[in-house]
Order: sequence, then structure tokens, then C-alpha cells
Amino acid sequence: MAVQTVVAPRRDSAGEPTPEVTKRRRRWRSGWAGYVFLAPGFALFVVVLLIPIARAVQVSFYQWLPFPGADNTFVGLDNYTRAVADPQFRLGLVNAIVYMLVTVPGQILLGLGVALLLHQRLPGRSLFRVLFYLPVITSWVVVSLLFRYLFATDSGLVNWVLVDVLHVAGHPVGWLDSRWTGIGALSILGIWKGVGWTAVILLAGMTGVPRELHESAAVDGAGYFRRTWHVTLPALRRTLLFLSVMLVIGGFNVFISVLLMTAGGPAGETEMPLTYLYKQAFNFLEFGYGSAIAVIMTVLILILSIGQTLIANRAERGE
Amino acid sequence: MTLDTPRLRRTRTIARIGALTAGAVLMIGPFLYMVSTSFKPNMLALEWPPRFIPRPATVANYVQAWSANHFAQYFANSVLVACGTTVATTLFAALAAYGFARFAFPGRTLLFWTMMLGLMVPGVVILIPQFLVARSLHLTNSLSGLVFFYVGGGMAFNTFLLRGFFERMPRELDEAMDIDGAGPVRRFITLYLPLSRPALATSAIFAFLGSWDEYSWAFTSINDPDRYTLPIAIAQYQGQHATSWGLVFAASLIGMLPVVLVFLLGQRHVVSGLQTGALKA
Repeated sequence: MAVQTVVAPRRDSAGEPTPEVTKRRRRWRSGWAGYVFLAPGFALFVVVLLIPIARAVQVSFYQWLPFPGADNTFVGLDNYTRAVADPQFRLGLVNAIVYMLVTVPGQILLGLGVALLLHQRLPGRSLFRVLFYLPVITSWVVVSLLFRYLFATDSGLVNWVLVDVLHVAGHPVGWLDSRWTGIGALSILGIWKGVGWTAVILLAGMTGVPRELHESAAVDGAGYFRRTWHVTLPALRRTLLFLSVMLVIGGFNVFISVLLMTAGGPAGETEMPLTYLYKQAFNFLEFGYGSAIAVIMTVLILILSIGQTLIANRAERGE
Repeated sequence: MTLDTPRLRRTRTIARIGALTAGAVLMIGPFLYMVSTSFKPNMLALEWPPRFIPRPATVANYVQAWSANHFAQYFANSVLVACGTTVATTLFAALAAYGFARFAFPGRTLLFWTMMLGLMVPGVVILIPQFLVARSLHLTNSLSGLVFFYVGGGMAFNTFLLRGFFERMPRELDEAMDIDGAGPVRRFITLYLPLSRPALATSAIFAFLGSWDEYSWAFTSINDPDRYTLPIAIAQYQGQHATSWGLVFAASLIGMLPVVLVFLLGQRHVVSGLQTGALKA
């Protein structure tokens, strides 16, 4: 009651709700009003996401041409069998898996380091936070172009540091001119852009770790590193699971950076599944084939996410 | 008990600041180098060894980036799209979140989880069917078409965010207003909207950032150069002036300005939004 009078001072006659009022309230609460509030947003969601999801599945069974009045023939699973046998798609898949294997642990470990350093009181902490978050909020287009410039063979800053400053390379490396160095450069960009985000999430998780646990561990003589290993990390298990699921999804979805840094080149060597499906659809107008790849990727991502969650849950129960 | 002498603690703090500074240099270095290049005359952008302080420094890239190639037009397009998306996303998501949070109706849980599908399906994967749907609705190659798709695409996350906030608001306030005879619309406007300003700000900021920076859909659905938004224009710039990095970065930095401004002004909201899972995947 006190809360009500503070926030709604216009009310002068307080009192328990009468049966009549309760009935009136229940009537609109359970009625159409909910649908009305929901309608505009949900309608947009249906048109922009739900219908396209269904449409992707449908189109993937056709030889689909994106012209008005085109004669689209049903081909069953042909697009899927074609994808499974397509060496370029397989290469893209391997590339994405390598990219994921590098960027997921990279972002988690470095993000964990940053979060641990930022978690305690420290002069200049908020400034450091801003600096680490800046790559996170900057557009993929800008950072991809920037990294293309940094990794340029003849004039790039990275090669200058390697050759002239650290003397670890005798001559400039053609980063974006071959498969693994190209994926290396893309991975470095992915980690650099994502570390701030994993650090934010981990910092949020760390505020949930009870202080007493740390204190009692300290009383027992555990040093900082042992406390981190035995107290902080176990408490962060759910956060780490969330992060690894999200980062695996993100890794499979690498797109803009590939498009703008290597364009999948040289000769398709750094192609990723999404850049490949994009080219199939919008350069070669193979909408059916592109959609089949899209469905395969979605299913793969779903399986991986569910698999990770199940494994993590089993590990938790096993202890 | 471990012995934490003041000296040991100070050494540790210094070591931590050292490690963070090294990290921060790696994070910020590329941006500083970009700023430096944007002030270099074009022939010096590919100079070896690289020079960090441009000499001679020039603003020619900024002048050229802004005045040539319809850049002002692209900037205006982006402002229009981002503002439209921000207002519409926040409004529709708030309405939907209110519906989910405060009304009981058949199918509520099902509808909510259907909507949450939108959080799991990543953008580029459904670009093809989205293009087909947009074309049959005559929403390709138009700025309002962009807004339409951005708002629909942001509905899942923002509804999720705001529903959580509305549900944590004390029911007593709502009931008190109800007794006073305020209908659901009035309660929404005079109670829920004002009290959820922090959540609305977070939602608005991410709707703005997301649409300001969006590339894949804009690149796919817009053909007419008059309707380019900044990300497409900047990427095209690089394609056309392959070695004019100063120009490309001047354009990029102009495009980043609103983002940095929003970030610095609404830092608290940005951080809380990131924690909820915004901007990833």
C-alpha cells in the first residue's frame, strides 16, 4: 500500500479491491487486449522471419529461378545431395570449422583474462572497459576494411611489425593471398572484435559469484590462481556454456569479414559456407541450391548448440 | 591466510594495469592507425615504413569523402533508416512485451517461444527467402523496406528484453491504477513506459546501432545507388578506390561518429544490453 501512495499520489481513496473491480480486471486481462498489443510486432515477426524460414525449406526442394513467372521444378532432395558432394561447399565447411576452433577458444580465454583483470577494483577501470568494448560496437564493414589494410602484403602494419620491428619474418607475408594465412587473418579479426563481448558477459557472470566463497577459500590459504580455478571458474560454468554456444553459432556465421577481406579468394580457398551460399543465390541465381545450403547450416548449428548443452549438463550431473 | 602485504598488492596492481594497457593498445591501435591514415595525403597511405603521425597532415580526405560520391545523401539515408527503425522497434516491442507480460490469453506461451525462434536463426541464412518475400511485397530497393525488415528482425530480442523488465515491475502499481479505472492503454502509457525508461533506452540504442551498421540485407535488397546506406557506400568506396585508403577511412570515421557518440552517452545501457546478448550471432 505504501508503494502505491508514493508512486500514484493522485489516488485519494485507498482500499482493498472490491469483488466487482476484481471481476472487471479479470475480464480484460484474459480477453482480447493481449492479442491487440501483440499484433503489430508479431505480424512483422511473421513476415520478416517466420515465413522466410518456411520459404527457405520449400525453395530448397526446387530448382528455383528468381524471375517473375519462372518455371520452378520440384527436384526433391537433389539440392541436398549436390551440396554434400560439392567440394567447394565441403572446403567452406572445413574452413568454418577451423575458424571456429581458433576463434571460440581464443575469444573465451582472452575474454576471461580481460574479465579477471577488470573484475577487481583498479584505477582507470572504466576507461579500460570503454577501450575493450569499442571493437564490439564498431560495424563489421569498417573493421573488415581496416584489417584488410593492416594485413596488406606490401604496406600493411602487420607485415611491418613482423619484418622490420620483430624481425621474425624475412620478407612480407602475403596474408590474404593463400588459404591458411587468410583464415588466420580472418580469425585474428574475429577474436579482436569479440574479446570485449565475451569479457562483458563474463564480468556479468562474475558479479554473481558469492564473495564469501572467495573469502573462505582465502582463509584456507588458497592463492589468487587457485581461487580463480576452484571458485570463480566453476561458478561461471553456465556463463561459459552460453558463451561457447553463442560463439560457435557466430563462428559458423562468419560472413561480412570474408566478403570484404578476401572475397573468398584466392580461387575460393577462403570461402565460408555463408559466403558460398550467398554467391550461389545472388551471383549465380541458384536460389534453390543456396537455400539447401542454408537449411543444412541451420540444422548443423542447431545440432551443435543442443549437443554442447547436453554435454555440459551431463558433465555437471557427473560431478 | 595468505600474506597480502601492501607492497605485494601494489606490485600486483601495477602488473594488472600493465597487462590491461598492453591489451588496450592492441584493441585501440588499429583505430588510431585508421585515424592517422585518414589524415594522410593519398600517396602516403601505402608508405613503407608506415608513419604514425601524418606529415604533412591534411583534411582533404574528409572534404572529398563528404562532398563527392553523394556521401551526404547516404548519410541522410542512414539517419532516416536508423531513426525509423529505432522508433518503430522500440514501440512495437514495448507493446508486444506488455501483451506478453501482463495479459493471460490462450496460446501466450506458444506465441512467445515462436517469437524467440528469431533469436536462434541467424541473419544471413534466411537472406534468400527474405529477398523473395520482400520482392513479392515490393519492399526491395526501398528505404522503408529496410526499416520494415530491420524492425521485424529486431522484434525477438527487444520483446524478450522488455518483457523481462515489465514482468519485474511490481503488480501493485498496475492494480492500483486499475482500481482508479485506468484502462490497459492508459496504464501502458502512464505507468509502464515511464518506469521502464532504462530498458527502453537499451532497446532503442541497439535498434539504432544495429540498423546503422547493417550491411548484408541492405547490400542484398538495395540496387539503386541513391538509396545506399553508409555501410554499402563505404564498402563500395573501397571497391572503387582500391588504394585510396585515406578516403575510405575518412568516410568510415564519419560513419562511426554517431555510433561512438551513442556509446559514450548511453554506456550504461550499452553494457546492460550487451550482457543480455545483444550484437552477437
